[in-house]
Amino acid sequence: MSILIDSNTKVIVQGITGRTGMFHTRECKAYGTNIVGGVTPGKGGIHVDGIPVFDTMEEAVRVTGGNVSMIFVPPPGAADAILEACEAGVDLAVCITEGVPVTDMVVARKVVADSKTLLVGPNCPGLITPGQCKIGIMPGYIHKPGKIGVVSRSGTLTYEAVKQLTDVGLGQSTCVGIGGDPIIGMKFIDVLEKFNDDPDTEGVLMIGEIGGSAEEEAAAWIKENMRKPVAAFIAGQTAPPGKRMGHAGAIISGGKGRAEDKITALNAGGIVVATSPTGMGQAMQKALSQA
Amino acid sequence: MNIHEYQAKDILSAYDVPVPRGRVAVTAEQVERKAKMMGGHCVVKAQIYAGGRGKGGGIKVAHHPEQAREMAKEMFGNRIVTPQTGPEGLKVRRILVEEPIEVGREYYVSIALDRESSRYCLIASAEGGVDIEQVAEHSPEKIHKLLIDPYTGLRSYQARKIAHAIGLKGTVAEDCVQFMLNLYRCCIEKDCSQVEINPMVVTKTDWLLALDAKINFDDNALFRHWEYHEMQDFSQMDPLEISAAKFDLAYIKLDGDIGCMVNGAGLAMATLDVLKESGGEPANFLDVGGGATQEKVAEAFRIILQDEDVKAVFVNIFGGIMRCDVIAHGIIEAAAGHNCTLPIVVRMDGSNVEEGKKLLANSGLNVQTADYLGEGAELIVAMLKDAEGAEDTEK
Repeated sequence: MSILIDSNTKVIVQGITGRTGMFHTRECKAYGTNIVGGVTPGKGGIHVDGIPVFDTMEEAVRVTGGNVSMIFVPPPGAADAILEACEAGVDLAVCITEGVPVTDMVVARKVVADSKTLLVGPNCPGLITPGQCKIGIMPGYIHKPGKIGVVSRSGTLTYEAVKQLTDVGLGQSTCVGIGGDPIIGMKFIDVLEKFNDDPDTEGVLMIGEIGGSAEEEAAAWIKENMRKPVAAFIAGQTAPPGKRMGHAGAIISGGKGRAEDKITALNAGGIVVATSPTGMGQAMQKALSQA
Repeated sequence: MNIHEYQAKDILSAYDVPVPRGRVAVTAEQVERKAKMMGGHCVVKAQIYAGGRGKGGGIKVAHHPEQAREMAKEMFGNRIVTPQTGPEGLKVRRILVEEPIEVGREYYVSIALDRESSRYCLIASAEGGVDIEQVAEHSPEKIHKLLIDPYTGLRSYQARKIAHAIGLKGTVAEDCVQFMLNLYRCCIEKDCSQVEINPMVVTKTDWLLALDAKINFDDNALFRHWEYHEMQDFSQMDPLEISAAKFDLAYIKLDGDIGCMVNGAGLAMATLDVLKESGGEPANFLDVGGGATQEKVAEAFRIILQDEDVKAVFVNIFGGIMRCDVIAHGIIEAAAGHNCTLPIVVRMDGSNVEEGKKLLANSGLNVQTADYLGEGAELIVAMLKDAEGAEDTEK
């Protein structure tokens, strides 16, 4: 089993004819993802590698029965694509696009919250249920089917973490990259809730970074509600304050968002925290053995 | 993106937010002339990308134009050091000459992003003109917050509640309502990640105005505000950070001597953490982007090599979809162009890893490769120590 996506998921790609969209559509398809359609306004009627392209999400969903959308629409139209996916009624929209303006996301986030659609991202690598379905830009080959859930604010650091898990023999149920922006759809807690209820997830690895307070909130939630062992890592332990470390959300400001505070909160929540990024796999092993 | 106080005040004026009369000048002579226009008595304010200027000697009151000129000369000639600039301080290239204001009381008002609720938030306090973070820490009850619904925007009655909460009454409170509504409109229309007025003041004659102003633009929205590009003051930024920005690379200069190139922000932060753990000191943070291209890798490598503090380079690329041979080509191209003899460690993972390693091994560079992150970090620290040891023996 898994969370959010599996072998029955039918994917529609918004922005399928763009360079990035087309490249990753092919990668996902090659991994085994069932991509049933694509949307690019003005290009309805053509096919990309045999995948039908539509002008609107409404039409794409009606004709193909797709239930999840993967968004590669460039920043000026990305929030619009999220809203369109919501209105078309998909279960989940995964926005890979990096650089969506905050004012757009504040509105889109509220529309999403008021709808039945879940949102992952933006500015995220997407999610993968190994061996079944890959929706995003992560390299499929590092993953291995198994029982560990992974949730992370980062992209490539998640790949590092997954590789470490696979190297120590721990496969993954589902890996979710929630994105590095200040305004995102699903947050740590939303994903942790899903892992908590998934009978085939036995433990969770959570990867956070400096900035904001999402890790502290997650730690408090885990302490109260989580029935499964959790291990964690926080990136940016040596980051200087006041500087934006690549991700729009990764900044220590006004003494808030520091790695040490997050680690303290996580420890207090009974979570095994890897002190070094080289020890994420071992931290997960340790958390499992303590359970 | 940062802008100067005078630019923020120009923008706010267009939104009917009252600010003191002021003129910007780039020479001490101009400052003197503007001071004359103000009637002699004026405030001379250094324009730098950092707060805390008052204590750093960046804000001074002049009583006649000649005094303003002397103050300006000193500001232009020296760097202003504040708690926010670091010990090296910042150069002053522009000075704002402003009419003096007889301050009755100081307040704090800002619109900022609240990440927890995913909304903009109006923040106000009767404790203005001081470091608001400290107020938040010591007396959080003195800070009033209002989360703004993006559907309705900020409404008058909500702003009024906040105005009353910070102790304003009558017509001044109504002026403050308008002030806050205009700040919010500016924040949304101009795509600001933050608009901060500290202090907002009520004068002795009961006028309300923004005595200082700070605006940060959302970098993600720059594509729809081309006018912002011209507002940047490059004298306030690190030259390497400027060239990195041109190539869309996230680069931050740090204090150490090991240059770092990593793809992805999270992995880049983690790489700095590992280096420190292994006893190394990173010279920079550099994210070439999750899906780095050969050109980007080459450009990033050039930027690292331009930094004279760099004595060794650590590359950590989790390629995945990106091919490792392409990354190797990028590194070799840039290093060859710079006649680079520095020790380099490349840790790569992804497709075509063996081919990439072979290319590096045959490149003639002083390079070693590693399969694991920790192994790579230890290797570069050791290579740097060896290189330094060899240098010492030569001496």
